[in-house]
Amino acid sequence: MKITIASGKGGTGKTTISTNLASYIADMGSNVVLTDLDVEEPNSALFLKTELVHTQISNKMVPTWESEACTLCGECAKNCNFNAIVAMPSEILVFAELCHSCYACSELCPTDSLPMIPTRIGEIKEFKTKTFPFIEGRLDLGQEMAVPLITQTIKYTCDKYKKHIKIFDAPPGTSCPVIEASKNSDFVILITEATPFGLNDLILAVETMKVLKKKFGVIINRYGIGDNSVEEYCKKENIPIITKVKNDKEVAKLYSKGELIYKKIEHFKDSLDDIVTFIGELNA
Amino acid sequence: MREIVVISGKGGTGKTSLSAAFAYLEGNNALACDCDVDAANMHLLLDANFKNQRDFYSGEVALIDQDICTNCGACADVCRFDAIHVQDEQHKVDPISCEDCHYCSKVCQQNAIEMKIQKAGDIYTSDIKNGTQMVHAKLGFGAENSGKLVAKVKQDAKILALQKNRAYVITDGSPGIGCPVISSLSGANLVVLVTEATVSGIHDLQRVFKLVKTFNLKAVCIINKYDLNKNMTKKIEQFLRKEDIGLVGKLPYDENFTKALAKAQTIIEYDKNSELANLVKKQWNKIKENLK
Amino acid sequence: MKIVFTAKGSDWDSPMDARFGRMEMLVTYDEETDTLKTISNDETDSMEHGAGLQTSKKVLELNPDIIITGNGAGNKALEILKRSNVKMYIGAGDMTLKEAYTAYKNNKLQLQY
Repeated sequence: MKITIASGKGGTGKTTISTNLASYIADMGSNVVLTDLDVEEPNSALFLKTELVHTQISNKMVPTWESEACTLCGECAKNCNFNAIVAMPSEILVFAELCHSCYACSELCPTDSLPMIPTRIGEIKEFKTKTFPFIEGRLDLGQEMAVPLITQTIKYTCDKYKKHIKIFDAPPGTSCPVIEASKNSDFVILITEATPFGLNDLILAVETMKVLKKKFGVIINRYGIGDNSVEEYCKKENIPIITKVKNDKEVAKLYSKGELIYKKIEHFKDSLDDIVTFIGELNA
Repeated sequence: MREIVVISGKGGTGKTSLSAAFAYLEGNNALACDCDVDAANMHLLLDANFKNQRDFYSGEVALIDQDICTNCGACADVCRFDAIHVQDEQHKVDPISCEDCHYCSKVCQQNAIEMKIQKAGDIYTSDIKNGTQMVHAKLGFGAENSGKLVAKVKQDAKILALQKNRAYVITDGSPGIGCPVISSLSGANLVVLVTEATVSGIHDLQRVFKLVKTFNLKAVCIINKYDLNKNMTKKIEQFLRKEDIGLVGKLPYDENFTKALAKAQTIIEYDKNSELANLVKKQWNKIKENLK
Repeated sequence: MKIVFTAKGSDWDSPMDARFGRMEMLVTYDEETDTLKTISNDETDSMEHGAGLQTSKKVLELNPDIIITGNGAGNKALEILKRSNVKMYIGAGDMTLKEAYTAYKNNKLQLQY
């Protein structure tokens, strides 16, 4: 089973919920793996006591210039729609960060002077906690494209942990990276807060999930301050509210220290129970 | 005219609440600009009326002309993104998977493939509270958040600010460390980093500051929720001193932040004599001093 | 010496454009002939990525000795610029062209590299 935890808005509690949920499910004895797909700012590791088990360099295919046969005709630069190739008077420069790996320059080069080679974009790291494995994708600074690394990190997880419950912590927003993190999952949990910001971004996230034809449900975090607009919206649109996590400064304090919440706060554990029950019912 | 760009790296630190509050305080001496085009929120606090809608075009998608296409399959052979499939015996491009590389159009012997420009979003120039305007945008579904829409929003904001003689453009920047943030930062006179006293807060602050440093931009910082974890606040202050980032001020963990939000009000309107509002006013003044 | 300014207008009183990749126009000043020439940079409007690279190439084709700008170029554009002998001065983002030129002559600007 693959579950993606997403939210339109940043800061709603995706990482808090995914780290605590994975840990709780592991405590109950089930096989679970947590994967952090927020490759620009992966944060989950900050909340888990982990030991590094494996690091893998993540690559994408990028052309490299071989000068011997090159006539500097400049066709490659003309063929590249992403401005990743600049034809200088005496050399061809390739800017790997801009390359989308379409192979056009390489395959259309009249002298075969741009073979494609794997080029680093970031890393996939696997850790273990006392009770479950944790995987993180981390994009190198200066790399602009998150999607290829997200795809590879998901594949790493699914190949290695075929039978585990897989929880994917998605990046914030509603654009390509979130789409990639959600499109092959069985279910998406959208986390929001009970404010106009939360509602506004939830509506955007819901639109996205509908286009992807994904089954989804909502968790309302920091419930208690704010207004009812999110609840009313969910009721009107028949969107299941999986649980409402109570607003509590003590939760924020534990979060600020990087500690798991459910071991110290009862109502938070109750919310996790709601989520586990909901997932169980999905599986049935 | 000076541009102040407010960023945070991490979501939820209060970046938008604060940029909206600053815009509210400055009234028609400033223009507001929301660069968070993926999940735009600033308009909710400033009562924007979504006027002057313009279409934003960006990127192209391949379209196969079924009348000319001979179904030779050369296009599908070269597409690395699995975007071309046969449906009802015709080769068709899936617009969501199409990566806009143009390779298929280059190999089609019949010239049956056209690259069509896509509408990628909407830009608005709205009237907002306190007699001024705001430029903001909404990215379309599946559109790439490349920084180009951000660049357009900023450009429109600057042009309008000059026309209307505003002293400041207050920009709510994009989250993350990629192109949208880089585009948000371009041409800024001052960067305001909003962080929070948590492990994630300092982690993401350090990551996003590397970007700010690369572009040689002057930066100052506000630490939000400082009393949640005073140890963490100390660590952040150490980092700021090391990197020569001015500390504009600290804000306490205060539920009024959220309560104001729930009423679609800035903290200033919610309770203008509160300690929170006074702190924000002081911090805005300090930010302006940093621009002199 | 030939100097290129990143600008928002084409005269000495025009404001500088602080940006490098997506600046509005390039103004070239030839000290020997005391003339100003302007080229627009509109093509970058339609580029999603890599604007700085195309601009760098365009600038180098003008054969300048010096570039004067505001915030400087990003890393990728720098890779191209550093392959030439052109020197890039930054810090003139808030000035007019005239002020930027004076500042450069009085050693008030910094070299980006």
